[in-house]
Amino acid sequence: MGKPHHVCDVLVVGAGPAGLAAAWRAAESGLRVSVVDDNPAAGGQIWRGAQVKPSSPEAQAWFERIRSVDIQMINGARVFQQPEAEMLLAETSEGVCELKYESLVLGTGARERFLPFPGWTLPNVMGAGGLQALVKTGLPIEGKRVVVAGSGPLLLAVAAYLRRRGADVLLIAEQASSLRLARFGVGLLKSEKLSQAWTLKKEFSRKGATTQRLRYLSGCWVAEAHGNERLERVTLVRGGKRWQIACDYLACGFHLVPNVELAELLGCEIDRGCVSVDEFQQTTMPHLFAAGEATGIGGLELSLVEGEIAGLATANKHDAARKLFAIRDKQRKFADLLNRTFALRDELKYLAAPKTIVCRCEDVTFERLRAHSSWRSAKLQSRCGMGPCQGRVCGAAVEFLFGWRAESVRPPVLPVRVESLLSDGRE
Amino acid sequence: MPETVTLVVNGVSVEMPAGSMVSAAILKLGLTTFRQSVTGEPRGPICGMGICFECRVTIDDEPHCRSCQTVCRDGMDVRTDG
Repeated sequence: MGKPHHVCDVLVVGAGPAGLAAAWRAAESGLRVSVVDDNPAAGGQIWRGAQVKPSSPEAQAWFERIRSVDIQMINGARVFQQPEAEMLLAETSEGVCELKYESLVLGTGARERFLPFPGWTLPNVMGAGGLQALVKTGLPIEGKRVVVAGSGPLLLAVAAYLRRRGADVLLIAEQASSLRLARFGVGLLKSEKLSQAWTLKKEFSRKGATTQRLRYLSGCWVAEAHGNERLERVTLVRGGKRWQIACDYLACGFHLVPNVELAELLGCEIDRGCVSVDEFQQTTMPHLFAAGEATGIGGLELSLVEGEIAGLATANKHDAARKLFAIRDKQRKFADLLNRTFALRDELKYLAAPKTIVCRCEDVTFERLRAHSSWRSAKLQSRCGMGPCQGRVCGAAVEFLFGWRAESVRPPVLPVRVESLLSDGRE
Repeated sequence: MPETVTLVVNGVSVEMPAGSMVSAAILKLGLTTFRQSVTGEPRGPICGMGICFECRVTIDDEPHCRSCQTVCRDGMDVRTDG
Protein backbone atom coordinates (compact mmCIF):
# COMPACT_ATOMS: atom_id res chain seq x y z
CA MET A 1 0.00 0.00 0.00
CA GLY A 2 1.61 3.23 -1.12
CA LYS A 3 0.80 6.56 0.40
CA PRO A 4 -1.05 9.11 -1.72
CA HIS A 5 1.53 10.98 -3.70
CA HIS A 6 1.98 13.91 -6.03
CA VAL A 7 4.64 13.97 -8.69
CA CYS A 8 5.68 17.24 -10.23
CA ASP A 9 8.59 19.05 -11.85
CA VAL A 10 8.50 21.96 -9.42
CA LEU A 11 7.21 21.79 -5.88
CA VAL A 12 6.59 25.11 -4.14
CA VAL A 13 6.27 25.20 -0.36
CA GLY A 14 4.16 28.15 0.71
CA ALA A 15 1.24 29.74 -1.15
CA GLY A 16 2.00 33.36 -0.22
CA PRO A 17 3.11 35.96 -2.77
CA ALA A 18 6.63 34.53 -3.28
CA GLY A 19 5.38 30.97 -3.70
CA LEU A 20 2.55 31.94 -6.03
CA ALA A 21 4.84 34.09 -8.18
CA ALA A 22 7.34 31.22 -8.47
CA ALA A 23 4.57 28.74 -9.24
CA TRP A 24 3.11 30.97 -11.94
CA ARG A 25 6.44 31.55 -13.69
CA ALA A 26 7.30 27.84 -13.61
CA ALA A 27 3.84 26.73 -14.80
CA GLU A 28 3.82 29.36 -17.52
CA SER A 29 7.07 27.84 -18.76
CA GLY A 30 5.34 24.50 -19.23
CA LEU A 31 6.50 22.75 -16.07
CA ARG A 32 4.18 20.66 -13.88
CA VAL A 33 3.85 22.62 -10.66
CA SER A 34 2.40 21.76 -7.26
CA VAL A 35 2.05 24.20 -4.36
CA VAL A 36 1.80 22.85 -0.82
CA ASP A 37 0.64 25.07 2.04
CA ASP A 38 -0.29 24.66 5.70
CA ASN A 39 -3.27 27.01 5.49
CA PRO A 40 -6.75 26.04 4.31
CA ALA A 41 -6.51 28.45 1.37
CA ALA A 42 -3.79 30.10 -0.75
CA GLY A 43 -2.64 33.68 -0.19
CA GLY A 44 -0.22 33.43 2.71
CA GLN A 45 -0.64 35.95 5.49
CA ILE A 46 -0.84 39.14 3.45
CA TRP A 47 -3.39 37.74 0.99
CA ARG A 48 -5.31 35.66 3.50
CA GLY A 49 -8.82 35.15 2.11
CA ALA A 50 -7.96 37.22 -0.97
CA GLN A 51 -8.60 34.34 -3.37
CA VAL A 52 -12.33 34.63 -2.62
CA LYS A 53 -12.48 38.33 -1.79
CA PRO A 54 -9.49 40.19 -3.29
CA SER A 55 -8.06 42.73 -0.85
CA SER A 56 -6.26 44.73 -3.55
CA PRO A 57 -6.11 44.94 -7.37
CA GLU A 58 -2.62 43.43 -7.15
CA ALA A 59 -3.88 40.40 -5.22
CA GLN A 60 -6.70 39.98 -7.72
CA ALA A 61 -4.29 40.17 -10.67
CA TRP A 62 -2.04 37.52 -9.13
CA PHE A 63 -4.87 35.12 -8.38
CA GLU A 64 -6.07 35.56 -11.98
CA ARG A 65 -2.58 34.68 -13.21
CA ILE A 66 -2.57 31.60 -10.99
CA ARG A 67 -5.96 30.50 -12.32
CA SER A 68 -4.77 30.99 -15.91
CA VAL A 69 -2.19 28.20 -15.61
CA ASP A 70 -2.35 24.60 -14.48
CA ILE A 71 -1.14 24.39 -10.87
CA GLN A 72 -1.94 21.67 -8.37
CA MET A 73 -2.78 23.31 -5.04
CA ILE A 74 -2.37 21.19 -1.93
CA ASN A 75 -3.84 23.19 0.97
CA GLY A 76 -4.02 22.30 4.63
CA ALA A 77 -0.86 20.23 4.39
CA ARG A 78 2.19 20.74 6.57
CA VAL A 79 5.53 19.60 5.30
CA PHE A 80 7.43 17.92 8.12
CA GLN A 81 10.19 15.75 6.72
CA GLN A 82 12.39 14.78 3.79
CA PRO A 83 12.69 10.99 3.87
CA GLU A 84 14.86 10.83 0.72
CA ALA A 85 16.22 13.12 -2.00
CA GLU A 86 13.60 14.93 -4.09
CA MET A 87 10.74 13.97 -1.84
CA LEU A 88 8.95 15.66 1.04
CA LEU A 89 6.30 14.31 3.37
CA ALA A 90 3.30 16.42 4.30
CA GLU A 91 0.60 15.75 6.85
CA THR A 92 -3.01 16.48 5.93
CA SER A 93 -6.26 15.75 7.74
CA GLU A 94 -6.44 12.52 5.69
CA GLY A 95 -2.94 11.37 6.58
CA VAL A 96 0.50 11.63 5.07
CA CYS A 97 1.18 12.32 1.42
CA GLU A 98 4.42 12.09 -0.53
CA LEU A 99 5.49 14.99 -2.69
CA LYS A 100 8.04 14.13 -5.38
CA TYR A 101 9.79 16.82 -7.37
CA GLU A 102 12.73 17.75 -9.58
CA SER A 103 13.11 21.28 -8.20
CA LEU A 104 11.91 22.78 -4.97
CA VAL A 105 11.09 26.43 -4.21
CA LEU A 106 10.75 27.46 -0.58
CA GLY A 107 8.40 30.35 -0.02
CA THR A 108 7.95 29.73 3.67
CA GLY A 109 7.51 33.41 4.55
CA ALA A 110 7.96 34.98 7.94
CA ARG A 111 6.39 35.15 11.33
CA GLU A 112 6.09 37.96 13.83
CA ARG A 113 8.77 38.46 16.42
CA PHE A 114 7.31 38.38 19.91
CA LEU A 115 9.17 39.76 22.90
CA PRO A 116 8.38 38.83 26.48
CA PHE A 117 7.17 41.47 28.93
CA PRO A 118 5.20 40.98 32.15
CA GLY A 119 1.67 39.83 31.27
CA TRP A 120 2.36 38.96 27.63
CA THR A 121 1.02 35.44 28.13
CA LEU A 122 -2.45 36.70 29.12
CA PRO A 123 -5.24 35.70 26.73
CA ASN A 124 -6.13 38.53 24.29
CA VAL A 125 -2.51 39.64 24.08
CA MET A 126 -1.77 38.68 20.48
CA GLY A 127 0.49 39.45 17.59
CA ALA A 128 -0.46 42.39 15.39
CA GLY A 129 -0.71 40.11 12.39
CA GLY A 130 -2.15 37.53 14.77
CA LEU A 131 -5.18 39.62 15.65
CA GLN A 132 -5.62 40.64 12.03
CA ALA A 133 -5.63 36.98 10.96
CA LEU A 134 -8.28 36.19 13.57
CA VAL A 135 -10.49 39.05 12.40
CA LYS A 136 -10.00 38.03 8.77
CA THR A 137 -11.18 34.56 9.69
CA GLY A 138 -14.35 35.50 11.50
CA LEU A 139 -13.63 37.22 14.82
CA PRO A 140 -16.04 40.17 15.29
CA ILE A 141 -13.97 43.20 16.36
CA GLU A 142 -16.59 45.94 16.12
CA GLY A 143 -16.52 48.23 19.14
CA LYS A 144 -13.55 46.42 20.74
CA ARG A 145 -10.80 48.58 22.21
CA VAL A 146 -7.46 47.66 20.67
CA VAL A 147 -3.93 48.84 21.37
CA VAL A 148 -1.57 48.12 18.45
CA ALA A 149 2.07 48.00 19.51
CA GLY A 150 5.54 46.73 18.70
CA SER A 151 7.40 47.70 15.55
CA GLY A 152 7.26 47.75 11.80
CA PRO A 153 5.05 48.81 8.94
CA LEU A 154 2.70 45.94 9.72
CA LEU A 155 1.37 47.88 12.71
CA LEU A 156 -0.08 50.57 10.47
CA ALA A 157 -1.63 48.11 8.06
CA VAL A 158 -3.16 46.15 10.94
CA ALA A 159 -4.51 49.28 12.67
CA ALA A 160 -6.09 50.48 9.42
CA TYR A 161 -7.65 47.11 8.80
CA LEU A 162 -9.03 46.78 12.33
CA ARG A 163 -10.46 50.26 12.19
CA ARG A 164 -12.20 49.54 8.89
CA ARG A 165 -13.75 46.54 10.59
CA GLY A 166 -15.13 48.75 13.35
CA ALA A 167 -12.50 48.35 16.07
CA ASP A 168 -11.77 51.24 18.39
CA VAL A 169 -8.01 51.50 17.82
CA LEU A 170 -6.86 53.50 20.83
CA LEU A 171 -3.21 53.89 19.94
CA ILE A 172 -0.36 52.64 17.78
CA ALA A 173 2.82 52.37 19.86
CA GLU A 174 5.90 52.12 17.61
CA GLN A 175 9.16 51.48 19.43
CA ALA A 176 11.32 53.10 16.71
CA SER A 177 12.25 56.71 17.36
CA SER A 178 10.71 59.59 15.44
CA LEU A 179 14.15 60.41 14.07
CA ARG A 180 14.49 56.99 12.49
CA LEU A 181 10.97 57.12 11.15
CA ALA A 182 11.63 60.54 9.60
CA ARG A 183 14.69 59.14 7.81
CA PHE A 184 12.55 56.26 6.61
CA GLY A 185 10.07 58.74 5.15
CA VAL A 186 12.82 60.61 3.35
CA GLY A 187 14.28 57.36 2.05
CA LEU A 188 10.93 56.41 0.68
CA LEU A 189 10.60 59.62 -1.24
CA LYS A 190 14.08 59.11 -2.66
CA SER A 191 13.18 55.62 -3.78
CA GLU A 192 10.04 57.05 -5.42
CA LYS A 193 8.06 54.37 -3.73
CA LEU A 194 5.56 55.52 -1.20
CA SER A 195 4.76 52.42 0.75
CA GLN A 196 1.22 51.56 1.55
CA ALA A 197 2.11 51.79 5.21
CA TRP A 198 3.42 55.31 4.96
CA THR A 199 0.33 56.46 3.06
CA LEU A 200 -1.72 54.95 5.85
CA LYS A 201 0.18 56.92 8.47
CA LYS A 202 -0.66 60.12 6.63
CA GLU A 203 -4.26 59.04 6.46
CA PHE A 204 -4.26 58.51 10.21
CA SER A 205 -2.65 61.83 10.94
CA ARG A 206 -5.19 63.76 8.88
CA LYS A 207 -8.24 64.94 10.68
CA GLY A 208 -11.15 64.26 8.35
CA ALA A 209 -14.89 64.26 8.51
CA THR A 210 -15.01 60.47 8.48
CA THR A 211 -11.76 59.49 10.12
CA GLN A 212 -11.08 60.36 13.69
CA ARG A 213 -7.44 61.19 14.31
CA LEU A 214 -5.53 58.10 15.31
CA ARG A 215 -2.73 58.31 17.83
CA TYR A 216 0.56 57.09 16.40
CA LEU A 217 3.30 57.38 18.99
CA SER A 218 6.91 56.70 18.03
CA GLY A 219 9.46 55.83 20.71
CA CYS A 220 6.62 54.19 22.65
CA TRP A 221 6.13 50.60 23.79
CA VAL A 222 4.12 48.36 26.09
CA ALA A 223 5.95 47.68 29.36
CA GLU A 224 3.32 45.46 30.93
CA ALA A 225 -0.05 43.83 30.29
CA HIS A 226 -2.43 43.47 33.21
CA GLY A 227 -5.51 41.38 33.84
CA ASN A 228 -7.01 38.49 35.68
CA GLU A 229 -7.50 35.47 33.39
CA ARG A 230 -7.44 37.83 30.38
CA LEU A 231 -6.10 41.19 29.27
CA GLU A 232 -7.74 44.20 30.92
CA ARG A 233 -5.22 47.02 30.46
CA VAL A 234 -1.67 47.82 29.40
CA THR A 235 1.11 50.02 30.75
CA LEU A 236 2.77 52.14 28.07
CA VAL A 237 6.16 53.84 28.24
CA ARG A 238 7.38 56.83 26.30
CA GLY A 239 10.22 59.17 27.12
CA GLY A 240 10.29 58.28 30.81
CA LYS A 241 6.52 58.65 31.13
CA ARG A 242 4.38 55.64 32.11
CA TRP A 243 0.62 55.41 31.88
CA GLN A 244 -2.12 52.78 31.64
CA ILE A 245 -4.89 52.24 29.11
CA ALA A 246 -7.85 49.87 29.47
CA CYS A 247 -8.35 47.68 26.38
CA ASP A 248 -9.88 44.44 25.11
CA TYR A 249 -7.00 43.37 22.85
CA LEU A 250 -3.31 44.11 22.58
CA ALA A 251 -2.01 43.48 19.05
CA CYS A 252 1.75 43.43 19.57
CA GLY A 253 4.49 42.25 17.22
CA PHE A 254 8.08 43.38 16.79
CA HIS A 255 8.59 43.26 13.04
CA LEU A 256 9.15 39.89 11.34
CA VAL A 257 11.47 36.88 11.44
CA PRO A 258 12.12 34.63 8.41
CA ASN A 259 10.82 31.04 8.57
CA VAL A 260 14.00 29.08 7.82
CA GLU A 261 13.36 25.80 9.63
CA LEU A 262 12.52 23.75 6.54
CA ALA A 263 15.45 25.20 4.58
CA GLU A 264 17.72 24.32 7.48
CA LEU A 265 16.37 20.78 7.64
CA LEU A 266 17.10 20.40 3.93
CA GLY A 267 20.72 21.42 4.49
CA CYS A 268 20.63 24.98 3.13
CA GLU A 269 23.04 27.53 4.52
CA ILE A 270 21.42 30.05 6.80
CA ASP A 271 23.14 33.41 7.20
CA ARG A 272 22.09 35.76 10.00
CA GLY A 273 18.68 34.17 10.21
CA CYS A 274 17.96 34.22 6.46
CA VAL A 275 18.24 31.51 3.80
CA SER A 276 21.33 32.24 1.67
CA VAL A 277 20.59 32.47 -2.05
CA ASP A 278 22.52 33.29 -5.22
CA GLU A 279 21.41 35.72 -7.94
CA PHE A 280 18.89 33.18 -9.26
CA GLN A 281 17.44 32.60 -5.78
CA GLN A 282 19.13 29.21 -5.57
CA THR A 283 20.11 28.11 -2.10
CA THR A 284 23.40 26.37 -1.35
CA MET A 285 21.66 23.08 -2.24
CA PRO A 286 21.21 22.01 -5.88
CA HIS A 287 17.70 22.34 -7.40
CA LEU A 288 16.58 24.06 -4.24
CA PHE A 289 15.44 27.68 -4.43
CA ALA A 290 14.10 30.12 -1.88
CA ALA A 291 12.20 33.36 -2.35
CA GLY A 292 10.43 35.98 -0.32
CA GLU A 293 10.66 36.70 3.40
CA ALA A 294 12.53 33.45 4.16
CA THR A 295 15.56 35.00 2.42
CA GLY A 296 15.23 38.28 4.34
CA ILE A 297 12.38 40.55 5.40
CA GLY A 298 11.56 42.80 2.48
CA GLY A 299 7.81 43.05 1.97
CA LEU A 300 5.36 42.15 -0.75
CA GLU A 301 7.02 43.57 -3.86
CA LEU A 302 10.38 41.98 -3.11
CA SER A 303 8.71 38.65 -2.38
CA LEU A 304 6.91 38.72 -5.71
CA VAL A 305 9.96 39.54 -7.80
CA GLU A 306 12.13 36.99 -5.98
CA GLY A 307 9.40 34.42 -6.55
CA GLU A 308 9.30 35.20 -10.24
CA ILE A 309 13.08 34.90 -10.52
CA ALA A 310 13.05 31.56 -8.69
CA GLY A 311 10.22 30.25 -10.88
CA LEU A 312 12.02 31.27 -14.07
CA ALA A 313 15.25 29.72 -12.78
CA THR A 314 13.54 26.35 -12.20
CA ALA A 315 12.69 26.48 -15.94
CA ASN A 316 16.28 27.47 -16.81
CA LYS A 317 15.02 30.78 -18.18
CA HIS A 318 17.99 32.68 -16.89
CA ASP A 319 17.84 35.51 -19.41
CA ALA A 320 14.24 36.27 -18.51
CA ALA A 321 15.13 36.09 -14.82
CA ARG A 322 18.02 38.53 -15.32
CA LYS A 323 15.60 41.14 -16.64
CA LEU A 324 14.03 41.23 -13.17
CA PHE A 325 17.26 41.80 -11.27
CA ALA A 326 16.98 45.61 -11.42
CA ILE A 327 13.54 45.54 -9.80
CA ARG A 328 14.84 43.21 -7.14
CA ASP A 329 17.85 45.44 -6.43
CA LYS A 330 15.59 48.42 -5.93
CA GLN A 331 13.29 46.49 -3.62
CA ARG A 332 16.27 45.19 -1.63
CA LYS A 333 17.47 48.73 -1.02
CA PHE A 334 14.03 49.58 0.28
CA ALA A 335 14.12 46.46 2.47
CA ASP A 336 17.48 47.48 3.97
CA LEU A 337 16.08 50.87 4.85
CA LEU A 338 13.00 49.26 6.35
CA ASN A 339 15.02 46.89 8.52
CA ARG A 340 17.34 49.64 9.73
CA THR A 341 14.41 51.87 10.58
CA PHE A 342 12.64 49.28 12.65
CA ALA A 343 15.71 47.83 14.37
CA LEU A 344 14.84 47.08 17.99
CA ARG A 345 16.00 49.40 20.75
CA ASP A 346 17.99 47.99 23.67
CA GLU A 347 15.42 49.02 26.28
CA LEU A 348 13.20 46.20 25.04
CA LYS A 349 15.73 43.69 26.36
CA TYR A 350 14.92 44.72 29.89
CA LEU A 351 11.13 44.47 29.83
CA ALA A 352 10.93 40.90 31.11
CA ALA A 353 10.88 40.50 34.90
CA PRO A 354 12.61 37.50 36.55
CA LYS A 355 9.30 35.57 36.69
CA THR A 356 8.17 36.53 33.17
CA ILE A 357 7.68 33.46 31.00
CA VAL A 358 9.85 33.43 27.89
CA CYS A 359 9.12 29.94 26.51
CA ARG A 360 5.32 29.69 26.47
CA CYS A 361 5.21 25.99 25.58
CA GLU A 362 7.25 24.87 28.59
CA ASP A 363 6.66 27.91 30.84
CA VAL A 364 10.36 28.69 31.24
CA THR A 365 10.93 31.99 33.00
CA PHE A 366 13.45 34.72 32.22
CA GLU A 367 15.41 34.07 35.44
CA ARG A 368 15.83 30.38 34.60
CA LEU A 369 17.16 31.22 31.16
CA ARG A 370 19.46 33.96 32.33
CA ALA A 371 21.53 31.41 34.20
CA HIS A 372 22.65 29.78 30.93
CA SER A 373 25.26 30.79 28.40
CA SER A 374 23.81 29.23 25.22
CA TRP A 375 20.52 28.06 23.87
CA ARG A 376 21.80 24.49 23.86
CA SER A 377 22.47 24.59 27.55
CA ALA A 378 19.16 26.36 28.25
CA LYS A 379 17.30 23.82 26.13
CA LEU A 380 18.83 20.79 27.77
CA GLN A 381 18.25 22.01 31.29
CA SER A 382 15.05 24.03 31.05
CA ARG A 383 13.33 22.59 27.96
CA CYS A 384 13.17 26.10 26.51
CA GLY A 385 12.20 25.83 22.85
CA MET A 386 11.41 22.11 23.06
CA GLY A 387 7.62 22.34 23.19
CA PRO A 388 5.18 22.11 20.29
CA CYS A 389 6.22 25.42 18.68
CA GLN A 390 9.83 24.15 18.64
CA GLY A 391 11.25 27.52 19.46
CA ARG A 392 9.38 29.42 16.75
CA VAL A 393 8.10 31.91 19.33
CA CYS A 394 10.85 32.00 21.97
CA GLY A 395 13.74 31.47 19.52
CA ALA A 396 13.60 34.99 18.07
CA ALA A 397 13.08 36.38 21.59
CA VAL A 398 16.11 34.68 23.16
CA GLU A 399 18.21 35.67 20.18
CA PHE A 400 17.36 39.31 20.86
CA LEU A 401 17.54 39.03 24.66
CA PHE A 402 20.68 36.91 25.03
CA GLY A 403 22.23 36.79 21.56
CA TRP A 404 21.78 33.01 21.34
CA ARG A 405 21.40 31.53 17.87
CA ALA A 406 18.99 28.69 17.16
CA GLU A 407 20.62 25.29 16.92
CA SER A 408 20.26 22.68 14.20
CA VAL A 409 16.78 21.60 13.20
CA ARG A 410 15.76 17.97 13.44
CA PRO A 411 12.75 16.33 11.84
CA PRO A 412 9.85 16.63 12.13
CA VAL A 413 9.99 20.39 11.58
CA LEU A 414 6.46 20.67 12.97
CA PRO A 415 4.74 18.41 15.48
CA VAL A 416 2.79 15.71 13.67
CA ARG A 417 0.66 12.74 14.70
CA VAL A 418 2.52 9.63 15.79
CA GLU A 419 0.95 7.75 12.84
CA SER A 420 2.53 10.24 10.46
CA LEU A 421 5.96 9.56 11.90
CA LEU A 422 5.42 5.81 11.82
CA SER A 423 4.44 6.01 8.16
CA ASP A 424 7.75 7.63 7.41
CA GLY A 425 9.55 4.37 6.67
CA ARG A 426 9.16 3.04 3.17
CA GLU A 427 6.80 0.09 2.77
CA MET B 1 -22.17 26.82 -0.38
CA PRO B 2 -24.25 27.91 2.65
CA GLU B 3 -23.36 31.32 4.04
CA THR B 4 -23.08 30.28 7.66
CA VAL B 5 -22.16 27.20 9.64
CA THR B 6 -23.17 26.30 13.18
CA LEU B 7 -20.81 24.56 15.55
CA VAL B 8 -20.83 23.81 19.26
CA VAL B 9 -18.18 25.14 21.64
CA ASN B 10 -18.25 23.82 25.21
CA GLY B 11 -21.90 22.87 24.69
CA VAL B 12 -22.93 26.27 23.32
CA SER B 13 -24.02 26.77 19.70
CA VAL B 14 -22.35 29.49 17.67
CA GLU B 15 -23.11 30.56 14.12
CA MET B 16 -20.16 31.69 12.00
CA PRO B 17 -19.72 32.90 8.42
CA ALA B 18 -18.68 30.00 6.18
CA GLY B 19 -14.88 29.77 6.00
CA SER B 20 -14.35 31.08 9.54
CA MET B 21 -11.75 29.50 11.78
CA VAL B 22 -12.58 27.68 15.00
CA SER B 23 -10.39 30.14 16.97
CA ALA B 24 -12.64 33.03 15.90
CA ALA B 25 -15.76 31.10 16.94
CA ILE B 26 -14.33 30.48 20.42
CA LEU B 27 -13.45 34.15 20.93
CA LYS B 28 -16.83 35.24 19.54
CA LEU B 29 -18.46 33.41 22.45
CA GLY B 30 -16.38 35.44 24.86
CA LEU B 31 -14.15 32.50 25.78
CA THR B 32 -10.52 33.53 26.02
CA THR B 33 -8.83 30.55 27.69
CA PHE B 34 -8.19 27.98 24.98
CA ARG B 35 -5.85 25.82 27.00
CA GLN B 36 -3.99 25.66 30.29
CA SER B 37 -0.23 25.94 30.12
CA VAL B 38 2.03 23.33 31.76
CA THR B 39 1.95 25.39 34.98
CA GLY B 40 -1.80 26.03 34.76
CA GLU B 41 -1.86 29.53 33.25
CA PRO B 42 -4.74 30.46 30.97
CA ARG B 43 -3.65 30.79 27.32
CA GLY B 44 -5.18 31.89 24.05
CA PRO B 45 -3.96 32.38 20.47
CA ILE B 46 -1.16 34.82 19.70
CA CYS B 47 0.15 34.14 16.20
CA GLY B 48 -3.08 33.39 14.33
CA MET B 49 -1.11 31.49 11.69
CA GLY B 50 -0.42 28.06 13.06
CA ILE B 51 3.02 28.41 14.60
CA CYS B 52 2.55 29.19 18.30
CA PHE B 53 0.32 26.24 19.25
CA GLU B 54 -1.33 28.33 22.00
CA CYS B 55 -4.78 27.94 20.41
CA ARG B 56 -4.90 24.17 20.80
CA VAL B 57 -8.34 22.74 21.61
CA THR B 58 -10.18 19.43 21.28
CA ILE B 59 -12.19 19.15 18.05
CA ASP B 60 -14.53 16.18 17.54
CA ASP B 61 -12.65 14.28 20.24
CA GLU B 62 -9.25 14.89 18.68
CA PRO B 63 -7.04 16.75 21.19
CA HIS B 64 -4.38 19.36 20.37
CA CYS B 65 -5.97 20.73 17.21
CA ARG B 66 -4.79 24.19 16.23
CA SER B 67 -8.06 26.11 16.21
CA CYS B 68 -6.57 28.95 14.11
CA GLN B 69 -5.85 26.54 11.25
CA THR B 70 -9.13 24.62 11.40
CA VAL B 71 -12.12 25.80 9.36
CA CYS B 72 -15.53 25.68 11.13
CA ARG B 73 -17.85 22.92 9.94
CA ASP B 74 -21.52 22.37 10.67
CA GLY B 75 -22.02 20.24 13.77
CA MET B 76 -18.37 20.41 14.85
CA ASP B 77 -17.89 19.79 18.57
CA VAL B 78 -15.20 21.97 20.12
CA ARG B 79 -13.92 21.85 23.68
CA THR B 80 -11.50 24.27 25.26
CA ASP B 81 -9.36 23.38 28.26
CA GLY B 82 -10.24 26.53 30.14
